[in-house]
Amino acid sequence: MEHHIQHTDIYALAPHHRFQWEEAQQSYVILFPEGMVKLHGGAGEVIKRVDGKATVGDVVRELKAAFPDAEGIEDDIIGMFEMAVGKAWLRKV
Amino acid sequence: MTQNSLGDSVVQKTVQAQQINNGVTAAATQTQPLWLLAEITYRCPLHCAFCYNPTDYDKHTQNELSTEQWIQVLRDARKLGAIQLGISGGEPLLRDDIEDIVVEAHKLGYYSNLITSGVGLTEKRIQAFKDGGLDHIQLSMHDITEEINNFITNTKTFELKKKVAAMIKNHGYPMVLNVVIHRYNIGHMKQILEMAEALGADYIELANTQYYGWSLINRSQLMPTKEQVDAAEAATNEFRASSGSKMKIFFVVPDYFADRPKKCMNGWGEVFMIVTANGDVLPCHSARSLPNMRFPNVGDDDLGWSWKDSPAFNQYRGTNWMKEPCRSCDEKEKDLGGCRCQTFLLTGDAEAADPVCSKSPHRHLIDKAIADAQNPQLQAQPIVFRNDKNSKRVIAGELQERLEEFHALP
Repeated sequence: MEHHIQHTDIYALAPHHRFQWEEAQQSYVILFPEGMVKLHGGAGEVIKRVDGKATVGDVVRELKAAFPDAEGIEDDIIGMFEMAVGKAWLRKV
Repeated sequence: MTQNSLGDSVVQKTVQAQQINNGVTAAATQTQPLWLLAEITYRCPLHCAFCYNPTDYDKHTQNELSTEQWIQVLRDARKLGAIQLGISGGEPLLRDDIEDIVVEAHKLGYYSNLITSGVGLTEKRIQAFKDGGLDHIQLSMHDITEEINNFITNTKTFELKKKVAAMIKNHGYPMVLNVVIHRYNIGHMKQILEMAEALGADYIELANTQYYGWSLINRSQLMPTKEQVDAAEAATNEFRASSGSKMKIFFVVPDYFADRPKKCMNGWGEVFMIVTANGDVLPCHSARSLPNMRFPNVGDDDLGWSWKDSPAFNQYRGTNWMKEPCRSCDEKEKDLGGCRCQTFLLTGDAEAADPVCSKSPHRHLIDKAIADAQNPQLQAQPIVFRNDKNSKRVIAGELQERLEEFHALP
């Protein structure tokens, strides 16, 4: 399924989903009924900034500022949004 | 509950997500107990014919862990990396300290799940669970008809289950339904899915019966035909394609009808840790059916040692324990030789290949079981319902005939 992500879109975690840092795994995870996913570093950084208020554009700007040396980061961020929306981890506000 | 209800779908999703993330996320072998299943009591008001609980559970109804012991288990397991907590049984609501356990689980950062028949769930208790931070409730449903529900559970609980489903929904919980599938309800797949949709379910697991404990005794009475399984899967796919439902549907395929075994528990001692009502620490629900094993107990043993170093948890970890035909099989990493308990219960040798596998020299035992399920004489045997009286009979050796049918034991 294609999810067209716009810079003006605002997302929040889907109902019954929880995002947290796991010390024992040294990674961020999303928890939900009957399952969980571990997120690698970059994915965790994106989801951490999804709060129901920030736009996709805000998240991109913040991450570009936080990781100035990372090239082509914007495509990765949009890709992460596409996957997370496709997996129903996020809902559009 | 079912052997599967917690496990398989979770692990599949974890594994899938790791693949999507290009494998950057996790080590190839998971060595932390991500899942803690607390089988908090074996007492149960239902008497389901397909229950996977041990048939001698009556031995473990008088020596349950205390609230303080459970809280210590939660703390210790969390340190080892456990995140998902299943509070199961028996019927966990028969204990009056689930509220305290839920509060502690939330404090520790677990994603907690109450796995229940719904019997004993009241407005007061569900409100306390909500306030305490319980994350979700998984409700078992049995059929669309009152007759089958009441027959297979040996209780009159049909109306109650519908009320409880509404209560769960009203408190803002995701609705997670688990339906164990067997001969008596497999023809109602479409109607079961429609019922789940009407109840507002977000997730439904259609768990084909697996044969351990009580369901093994009742195997010839419960097992559907291959044609029925295929029709049920087709009806499920048809519903997925045509209903426009957002409900997530998991169809757990019964392994007897496959030609390769399941990767049971996603591997022995890989991601699951079960603590039983009396404090035994197990890598799988049925592990105590295996011979010559000493499982750790939280009363005597450190939980970290139990998981990492105990002989029991290392016995079938990985592939080193295997013999032929598994040892040289190019698929051994894929299914890790299947289920140790099923293998032992059916072949008498815990280290043989799972008899489900077409490469197993014991595959004929599975084919015979499938044929037996069509045998009118065996079908006509009365079902042995899961209740205290029958469990006492098992302990006293009175149901030996029914048990021996399945064991290739001396």
